[in-house]
Amino acid sequence: MSWIAILFLFLGVVFGIIGNLGVLILPDVYTRLQASSTASTTSVFSALIACMIVAGWSPMTGKIAVIALFFFVSSPISAHIIARYAWHREIVPWRRSFAERQVLREESDDD
Amino acid sequence: MMPSMETILGWAIWFFAGSILVSLVRVVIGPTTADRMTGLNMVSAQILALLVLIGVRAGRANYLDVALVYDIFGFIGILAMARYFGKEHM
Repeated sequence: MSWIAILFLFLGVVFGIIGNLGVLILPDVYTRLQASSTASTTSVFSALIACMIVAGWSPMTGKIAVIALFFFVSSPISAHIIARYAWHREIVPWRRSFAERQVLREESDDD
Repeated sequence: MMPSMETILGWAIWFFAGSILVSLVRVVIGPTTADRMTGLNMVSAQILALLVLIGVRAGRANYLDVALVYDIFGFIGILAMARYFGKEHM
């Protein structure tokens, strides 16, 4: 039983590292939002499942289940709110072809 | 020799504490407001996991109430920030 909990904690650690790397490295609001929302959701869920396994069959398991249910609802909604905010502020999504086209256009304007 | 479950939960708590610090870098250096809100979302999610881990390690059910209320207030905070910085109030 405890091996399953250790496995889920390890999964949480791995997903947390991936999410932090994505938030630090990726170039744009939307890509960072994707990395942060997916990776942090899976990381926190793995930690919560491990906590439920460790706590066993007790009232703590029910409380952790309520927390997991609320987090399962609220985390995608807050990610959607941030993406909608960025879209309404007219932040242009990052594209490599778009950036290269801007550079080419500026160079052709200089000529 | 396998370490006890309490020790492993302690390692996970330390990992999440360091991970929160790394996530705070994006809150500090984010170029736009949406970047900072992304970082805050991640920080609040990881603090939720940290509080639940601390509560399970201590074996107290009271700490989980704190985690639930923290989650609710993190969600409402993101909602209020998106509303306040939005176009309607400019």
